[in-house]
Amino acid sequence: MDAQHLNLIYLIVAAALATFATRFGGYVLITQLKRIPPRLEAALNAVPAAVLTTLVAPAFVYGGFDVAVSMLVAFAIGMRFSTLRMLVVGWVAVMVIRHVIL
Amino acid sequence: MNRDDFRAGLRGGFPIMLAASPFGALFGALAVDNGFTIADAVFMSATVYAGASQMVGIELFGNNVQPWLVVLSVFAVNFRHVLYSASIAKYISHFSFGQKLLAFFLLVDPQYAETEQRGERGLPVTFAWYLGFGLVIYVPWIINTLVGAIFGQLIGDPKSIGLDVLLPIYFLGLVLGFRKRDRFLPVVATSAVASIAAMHFVGSPWHVSIGALAGILLAAVLPPEHRLQQGSTTVEKEA
Repeated sequence: MDAQHLNLIYLIVAAALATFATRFGGYVLITQLKRIPPRLEAALNAVPAAVLTTLVAPAFVYGGFDVAVSMLVAFAIGMRFSTLRMLVVGWVAVMVIRHVIL
Repeated sequence: MNRDDFRAGLRGGFPIMLAASPFGALFGALAVDNGFTIADAVFMSATVYAGASQMVGIELFGNNVQPWLVVLSVFAVNFRHVLYSASIAKYISHFSFGQKLLAFFLLVDPQYAETEQRGERGLPVTFAWYLGFGLVIYVPWIINTLVGAIFGQLIGDPKSIGLDVLLPIYFLGLVLGFRKRDRFLPVVATSAVASIAAMHFVGSPWHVSIGALAGILLAAVLPPEHRLQQGSTTVEKEA
């Protein structure tokens, strides 16, 4: 195994430990702290949406016309239906744009 | 260990397993597309076992983001699990320490939701039930990753079959899943603008940390919309 691949293994192990820390952390926290300060709770509450948005917005702006249109279509679907349907419809949209229209 | 409880757990987790299966396969295929070997993808599913953050991990890894930032992002996406383990602590206090370790390892979103519901209804949360529910989701998750990764390796150009749009759409779906939360729109709008600007002026991968930080700081500074009730921790849709 070369060094670069070994680094990936370390990365996965670190990600696994980080995930386990979140799943064990709340238990430790609740037995130590009585209450989480409201501003801290508000900040923590915003973490996942804030992080995930940074993976969506730049892809929409810099990903090209075909990606942007299929994301818009998927967005419309996502307001009513599941993530799985968003993926299917968004995928169909990008395939049509790439192979039929362009 | 009680066999009936274990079987009840298996039955309860079965529909969740079916719903999560396509995402396991999708993860496997996209992981290979982002430079993972089949074994790496399976290893990640078996050790991290958190769909959304695994997708985030491979996306950032594929874009050559520094390792510490990948791990930090995985941690951030999984942060909601802190609330889950705090919330179910009272129902599993009778587990032994080893059982607790295993229980927390298996604590994905549906596992939390079911445990919470069971506890609230006054039903016993036994280790046998918890393990049955967890394993019927965990084991197929790994198998589906393997199947998806093998399929991913057969694909030549992922763009020609449209695989490249799936991750941004998947992340968009996750973001929409949070739309009932306090301050959703201001947080998302702020993180969106900040990440787009950071991508342009600073460059990848800094758009992730800069964009996320902007939204999180805004949430801390804004006045609260309403007081959160105790035990109101909601479960977002996630694969």
